[in-house]
Amino acid sequence: MLKLISETRLMWDMPITVAVVEPTAFPETGSSAQPGEGNEYPGALQQAELRQAPKNIEALISGIFDYFQYVDDKFSTFKPLSEISMINQGLLSLEEASLDMQSVIALGEEIRQETNGYFNIARHGRIDPLGLVKGWALSNAADKLREAGCENFYVEAGGDFQAVGLNAEGQPWRVGIRNPFNIGEIVKVLAICDRGVATSGTYIRGQHIDNPVSGGPTDPEILSITVIGPDVYEADCYATAAFAMGRAGIGFIDALEGFEGYMIDINKTATYTRGFERYVNHASH
Amino acid sequence: MRNANNKKNPIKRGIKKFFYTGFVASTFVLYALQNHGTNATVNVLNTSGALSKPGTAVAALNTTTTSSTLASNGYKDGTYTGPVVNVRLWYVQVQATIQGGQLTNVQFLQYPNERNTSVRINSSANPQLIQEAIQAQSANVNIITGATLTSQGFQQSLQAALSQAKG
Repeated sequence: MLKLISETRLMWDMPITVAVVEPTAFPETGSSAQPGEGNEYPGALQQAELRQAPKNIEALISGIFDYFQYVDDKFSTFKPLSEISMINQGLLSLEEASLDMQSVIALGEEIRQETNGYFNIARHGRIDPLGLVKGWALSNAADKLREAGCENFYVEAGGDFQAVGLNAEGQPWRVGIRNPFNIGEIVKVLAICDRGVATSGTYIRGQHIDNPVSGGPTDPEILSITVIGPDVYEADCYATAAFAMGRAGIGFIDALEGFEGYMIDINKTATYTRGFERYVNHASH
Repeated sequence: MRNANNKKNPIKRGIKKFFYTGFVASTFVLYALQNHGTNATVNVLNTSGALSKPGTAVAALNTTTTSSTLASNGYKDGTYTGPVVNVRLWYVQVQATIQGGQLTNVQFLQYPNERNTSVRINSSANPQLIQEAIQAQSANVNIITGATLTSQGFQQSLQAALSQAKG
């Protein structure tokens, strides 16, 4: 089994984890991790060429957190001096805004169209892009780790994540969907490899996602919807939009090519899309 | 084809900027937000079906509006359709709606695309969806996804995560 180098920090008001499976050039003596003996994983030989010592990976991970801090400083509406606050106060125009800011706002408009307004970063005359920025930043972080040569890793923030390659055991990442009725429990186990996953749902003690179209709270019957897609940015936006749509949201995900979803309602019933089964982990453990 | 009125008319200038910056709806959205609150709608149907990346050039809107009788702020009410413009691999045609002399709607007329972006929101049961009763499963997982925790549960989760990270 390989080593997982992982760090969790509190940022954006939530725990954020960056975890990289340490690539090894030389299998441990006595272990069965020799190439050709059946438990090599894709990229093992390539990674031998890209061997990175744990210290480098820790520095890499630290760099990812620096990036997340940059994102927070720019996009947090809770920071009066952030770029988004400047824009919302009318002190900065969009033409003068940074490239990242313009990109995010443009992406926000696109996703608003694709979801018929159910995902909308503009509310009450202000722009609050944090719902979109989280997935966007996670996706960018995954790109940075790929560019640095990492092939097996995940980046996760508040339950949304991008998982790449395989875990330290050489298997697809084991993902648990939390039980909204009992947060210590898992109600579904998935096998995820090269996918983005996001879950939108209510706080255990209340509702925190407003329905952008009607302006009111979301359907109280729906507790959570988990969306799986190629990229966490899209999965995050579609999960948010689908949750705002209430019971119809799972149908929206079902119709979206390349995305699957799992919705849990107040009756402890789960409704899932036609292709969701391919992600369910049936391996014994 | 540039309209001579563009320079004088801030709305038209805004529309041109809307496209020239290459960021879909960026300027317009902000303009709309500042001037119309959330009443202005911008319907942008991406013809390729993929999220556009920053820097994608979108050609200028040719409104062909050279109205003779203008409203007090320069626009004649009506709906104006621009020409079809080739933008890399997409075909874009824009329709602008003026109401009360103000730009109230800009619509990209949709062309056939691969991803279905106009999914009908149907609240009736979809027989193709599958249902099951949720059941507790093994908690031996690498990553957990779920509804956002309360601050208290969040602290507990963080503690657990940190102790795992150390171990």
